[in-house]
Amino acid sequence: MNKSTVIAIIVGLGLIIPASLWYGQHNGLLPLAAATEADLYDGLFNSLLTIAVAIFLIVQAILIYSIVKFRRRKGDNIDGMAIHDNFLLEIIWTAVPTVLVIWVGIYSFDVYSVMQNGRPMSMGMGMPAMTHNHLGMEAANADTLISETSSKSDSDPQNTEPLNIDVQGMQFAWIFSYPNTEIQTSELHVPIGREIKLNLSAIDVIHAFWVPQFRLKQDTIPGMATSIQFTPNVLGTYPIVCAELCGSYHGGMRAEIFVETPEEYQAWLVQEQEDLASAKINGAIASNTSKEITSKEITSKEITSKEITSKEISNKVHSQMGHKLILAAQAQKMGIDAEMIKGLNHTAPHI
Amino acid sequence: MTQVIAQAPGAGSAEANKISPKWREYFSFSLDHKVIGIQYLVTTFFFYLVGGALASLIRAELATPDSDLVPPELYNGLFTIHGTVMIFLWIVPAVTGGFGNYLIPLMIGARDMAFPKLNAAAFWMIPPAGVLLISSFFYGPSSTGWTAYPPLSILTDQHVGQAVWIASIIILGTSSILGAVNFVVTILSMRMPGMGMFDMPLICWAILSASGLVLIATPVLAGAMILLGFDLLAGTAFFNPTGGGNPVIYQHLFWFYSHPAVYVMILPIFGVISEILPVHSRKPIFGYKAIAYSSIIICVLGLVVWAHHMFTSGTPNWLRMFFMIATLLVAVPTGIKVFSWIATLWGGKLRLESPLLFAIGFISMFVVGGLSGVMLGSVPVDIHLHDTYFIVAHFHYVLFGGSVFGIYAGIYHWFPKMTGKMLNEFWGKVHFFLTFVGFNLCFLPMHILGLQGMPRRVAQYDPQFAPINVICTIGAFLLAISTFPFLFNVIFSWIKGEKAGDNPWNGLTLEWTTSSPPIVENWHGDPVLLTGPYDYGMDSDQVMTQPTQ
Repeated sequence: MNKSTVIAIIVGLGLIIPASLWYGQHNGLLPLAAATEADLYDGLFNSLLTIAVAIFLIVQAILIYSIVKFRRRKGDNIDGMAIHDNFLLEIIWTAVPTVLVIWVGIYSFDVYSVMQNGRPMSMGMGMPAMTHNHLGMEAANADTLISETSSKSDSDPQNTEPLNIDVQGMQFAWIFSYPNTEIQTSELHVPIGREIKLNLSAIDVIHAFWVPQFRLKQDTIPGMATSIQFTPNVLGTYPIVCAELCGSYHGGMRAEIFVETPEEYQAWLVQEQEDLASAKINGAIASNTSKEITSKEITSKEITSKEITSKEISNKVHSQMGHKLILAAQAQKMGIDAEMIKGLNHTAPHI
Repeated sequence: MTQVIAQAPGAGSAEANKISPKWREYFSFSLDHKVIGIQYLVTTFFFYLVGGALASLIRAELATPDSDLVPPELYNGLFTIHGTVMIFLWIVPAVTGGFGNYLIPLMIGARDMAFPKLNAAAFWMIPPAGVLLISSFFYGPSSTGWTAYPPLSILTDQHVGQAVWIASIIILGTSSILGAVNFVVTILSMRMPGMGMFDMPLICWAILSASGLVLIATPVLAGAMILLGFDLLAGTAFFNPTGGGNPVIYQHLFWFYSHPAVYVMILPIFGVISEILPVHSRKPIFGYKAIAYSSIIICVLGLVVWAHHMFTSGTPNWLRMFFMIATLLVAVPTGIKVFSWIATLWGGKLRLESPLLFAIGFISMFVVGGLSGVMLGSVPVDIHLHDTYFIVAHFHYVLFGGSVFGIYAGIYHWFPKMTGKMLNEFWGKVHFFLTFVGFNLCFLPMHILGLQGMPRRVAQYDPQFAPINVICTIGAFLLAISTFPFLFNVIFSWIKGEKAGDNPWNGLTLEWTTSSPPIVENWHGDPVLLTGPYDYGMDSDQVMTQPTQ
């Protein structure tokens, strides 16, 4: 290896390593992080991206350097040097990736343990071991997370336990059922800083519950209970996206999650319960559905009744007035009546 | 260069030996491995064009956030058939059946494959299966994705299309198994005298590993398809939760094949690259044994990583951890190959013509797919990115940036041997640059889409993603256009291209020791092994003493 090559390598690494470190931390590729899990995720992702970008740049730099430096000149018909191997070099490029992937494995394991098992809420709350912490990762990570949970609602008597909400996926909508109430909605309201546990089920095909801002995704599988836990820590409204192909209108199967202050959340709960009590919606909605859709939803554009469903879900779902209507429309389309939906609540899927 | 080429006794002038197959033979049940290899390549390229047309329609639909070009049911059919065609009718048969059949006997000094009739039978299963699959557009194609997860695939409205899809997968899987049996037996038992396992060109190791995977994994897919077919048509409930079945079991069976299938699609291309780089950089392959062994290690590891496609299913945590570690470890043997290829280029005399351009393009693009693959191997990272456009970007970098670039490299490299004609170099370069730019324009931005929150397999999406989708669509159309220079180049060069001679690249592997195109049974006498497959520059002491101009 001659002197100019050595200089090229040093200069190359001198540029690539700082560039990768900078890009790894300033990539801006991920959306807003709105849950404690998302912050952990972003740390892991940025580290992996740093390594990936560095390796990418090194490989591309060598390729470009080789193309320029080692291209065959006109009239040069001799072969290159007969180098068959280099033991030291081969050991290095076997050992370094091995160490790197083992490190990636351990780091991922660690992050995953905290996201799945070492729930920070069980720390210092006087609760018995309510989560499975067989990996022993909790103590190491709890400090970084405990501060995130301090803003939980004092008004909620159950605030030391995760807030359980049942989520049901169906073609092509989400139904959220709140515990100890009859509230069923097509939009998810949760208080900030409180650990949320969603109990997921599906009544027809597999769907996947995904909130990109939380970096969490879980399939909802007919006949099988799954769950997902998170602690939202930024107020706002985020999309809930179905991420598993579930039929023609899969792309329209979206809802929204509202992360609210505990007071707003309480107010919303009260409002929902009042609506429920006063309106007696169960019977009323089904009969009004088709009329309301026709008058409200068909705009200048000619759209079919099937499209109404998906447009409804994607665009109108956050409307306070709209969600019950959508559910009823969905239910009617699928031949499910209101009583049946009610019966599905809190239970394993009935198909 | 002063190489010694094995010259078969009695081999006269190239003209005298020229018994190239008549065009009719390519439409017959020919038993000649070279005819069958070209049958595979041409047929699968036709299906590649079909799959590409479907891709163009998909990207046209996605140019706007609304579902406005095709009905949503049809959109789902488009990407289902696109994926199925590209995997089962293009890459798998092209890289194993196409290159494997054409090259393996020539490279190990055999007269033909071990079982010529089985070989022809394997090929002739492909056209009917392909026609069957594509014909489903007349009555409603399968629209449940190439993964066909139940219960969706059982409850689908497109019953006939789904059943036809299952039937064609079973036929294509059978064809693949028959081909693999042939490769394993041929490579293990038909090498010429004096050629040990470690004297074989590396593509033989690659095809051997890929065939092993096919033999172990494909029967499991066939099993899954038969059970799914019963659920769909006979009302059984293997995977249908209504009757007590478990849809997750299907996912295990499906991915037990379909992850190794990725290695079936890429291992032979690793072999192609290992052949092309030494010839065109005029250097021995760097680390022969490391590359050979890494194929075997990838084959073994590739069998125990399938559930990384199921990190968001209802898989237990310990299982997720096991599959994460196994998946990450695949990076090590793959890295060994990539670094060895780069070391092969280093210090060479790079002949920067189409074969080497596509081979370097392959390394460059495959590394992107490999790195995003390592990121996805990490369970928490995958949970956010699973079923998003990041995945679409990742596997296109592996299967297009990897396999398809490799197939093109192989065609540019061996076209002179297959036809006796050279491809036009100018149009080859045009093809390369259009493909390279179009590919990256189409797929690089998809990483951002996935990270930002766009799921895959949707006809309608959040309007905030529209600008990036427009870029992807422009890239896809450029990619579609890039195919035409290649297509015309191949057709015109085959008919009236410049004559190639027997060994236009001064290659050392055995296929270059016979005529172009080779005669039936490949050599007149017995081929003789005088050099190793990669002994370039071995006479460099002698050459280096010569004054260089």
